[in-house]
Amino acid sequence: MTRIGAMLAVGVSALLLVATSVLAEPAIIYDIGGKFDKSFNESAYTGAESWKAKTGSEYREIEIQSEAQREQAIRRLASGGSNPIVMTGFSFQSILSAVAPDFPDTKFTIIDSVVDQPNVRSVVFSEHEGSYLVGVIAGLTTKSNIVGFVGGMDVPLIRRFACGYVQGVKDVNADAQIIQQMTGNDPSAWNDPVKGSEITKSQIASGADIVYHAAGGTGVGVLQAAHDAGILGIGVDSNQNHLHPGSVLTSMIKRVSVAVEDAFSGGADAPAGVYVLGVAEDGVGYSMDEHNAPLISEEVMMAVEARRDAIIDGSLSVHNYTTDDSCPAS
Amino acid sequence: MDLLIVVQLLDSMLRLSAPLLFACLAGLYSERAGIFDIGLEGKMLASAFFSAAFAASTGSVWIGMCAGLTASVLLALVHGVASITFRGNQLISGVAINFLASGLTALVGQNWFKLGGRTPSLAGDARFLPVELPFASAVADVPVLGPIYSELLSGHTVLVYVGLLAVPATWWILFRTRFGLRLRAVGENPEAVDTGGISVARLRYQATLICGLLCGLGGAYLATGMAAGFIKDMTAGKGFMALAALIFAKWRPGYALYACLLFGLLEAIAIRYQSIEIQGVGTVPVQFMQALPYILTIIILAGFVGKAIPPRAGGEPYVKEL
Repeated sequence: MTRIGAMLAVGVSALLLVATSVLAEPAIIYDIGGKFDKSFNESAYTGAESWKAKTGSEYREIEIQSEAQREQAIRRLASGGSNPIVMTGFSFQSILSAVAPDFPDTKFTIIDSVVDQPNVRSVVFSEHEGSYLVGVIAGLTTKSNIVGFVGGMDVPLIRRFACGYVQGVKDVNADAQIIQQMTGNDPSAWNDPVKGSEITKSQIASGADIVYHAAGGTGVGVLQAAHDAGILGIGVDSNQNHLHPGSVLTSMIKRVSVAVEDAFSGGADAPAGVYVLGVAEDGVGYSMDEHNAPLISEEVMMAVEARRDAIIDGSLSVHNYTTDDSCPAS
Repeated sequence: MDLLIVVQLLDSMLRLSAPLLFACLAGLYSERAGIFDIGLEGKMLASAFFSAAFAASTGSVWIGMCAGLTASVLLALVHGVASITFRGNQLISGVAINFLASGLTALVGQNWFKLGGRTPSLAGDARFLPVELPFASAVADVPVLGPIYSELLSGHTVLVYVGLLAVPATWWILFRTRFGLRLRAVGENPEAVDTGGISVARLRYQATLICGLLCGLGGAYLATGMAAGFIKDMTAGKGFMALAALIFAKWRPGYALYACLLFGLLEAIAIRYQSIEIQGVGTVPVQFMQALPYILTIIILAGFVGKAIPPRAGGEPYVKEL
């Protein structure tokens, strides 16, 4: 009787083991700004939802509300058996570097930053290349020869957007002037549309007729202010052309959704390492749809396509701000 | 720095100081009647949410504003019941209202719109649009006065003008009417008012309701005039800045206007001038410019205001002697 009991117990626990490894759900942690920021986090959310629709499986998610929750969220999901765990945003970098070694059997994916650990897959995008392309469009479309840039939090990543954009504008329109501003120095700068619209109004007052934002939820205010004033905005991360049809020139698309979906599909066995997604990998680009088709002329289209091909075949290289913390153009 | 830039800065100042002004006047009525109110922030936030939510679903900014005012007045009543009828601690009641509003708006917002606590973007009639004052475009070319009239004074939403007009109105009500005299007396010496046969509780409730209405206007302006929709915690400490402005203004309507305009101007400068080159010194870093409003607030509060004496019976529940 006891032997049967013991066997049963072993059997049940073996079953349980199998069950947990099969049931290991992937999880995603969104950065401050929230999964409905219409931009970066929302793109990640789209990827997760698309994976769910294709596989019919469930995933877990956490939207953090404060800095202190970053570590809690990672630890809670990892100890709860979620695998792999994807987190969106460079702000997770230092915390993930410290936490990842504690969960050697869990696979982590971090987007927008590099963490050098054997169980971490780091996905970074060549935002400078995508920003360069929208800069080319802006430089050829502007009539006042003044264009604006509104960044979110002032960090090297966002300077990379700005620098690529400036290079694009200057390459096609050497006389153009570019006004660059950042929203703030802490993560709340990702979610402050009122300030975003105020900065945009000040740029419009200085003569800007196209404003590109790389500011997450703050950008909602940037595009709104541009629309209200009758000038053009440029969206970022997700395709934001539909937010104000006819007032959004294009969007710098960063396919965070693809990165998240790949990480989820790869499951716990996906290889670790650093993955760089640029124009050549179709990780970044600019968006064209029925909302902005009338805004972009044939010549502009040809010019930007030519530069896109040049970046892909290597004949054109866009300077990356984060390699030396400086920008050749200003 | 030419005239146009100055005008643009002042224009931005007016926009940014309007919500502060509403909250500051709201606090002024309440505190003059002896009710401390640190729940200004929460009332504005609730009004911002409900005005945006109703404006988004009905398409009319006026219905939205009414909903926002209702929400704010209800919260003001909660504060009134807690601190006047039940003689509770006014600070604790205010803090509770702030927490309640912050949590409730995000929760209800997520439940209604499924957009992470934000409301859909408002467009057209669901927003307060800028109002052109008469002849604004006609006089725009007149030197000096033209841009001042057409850029600075014209082109704001109707609530900005309401806010500016509320300042003289408040002064008149407080210092030129019987109601105002009694309101001030109830904040200084409620026993005297009571001895005169006037209900202290009634006056204090009236002040609290006016406070709710003004906070409601401030919140509605934030969500439907300044921005185009509600986002979580969009008041971002404006209610507390208004309290600082109130102390700074020594509980007087005219000074309250100056204090709020000053805060607005500092914010406008910080937004517009992120890095200034000063010859010989180098570039002033962005961080300094963004901290400047707060640094100046401390300096002004500590050094230039002089003695600010609050209403004598402020924060004290009135207990009738038996």
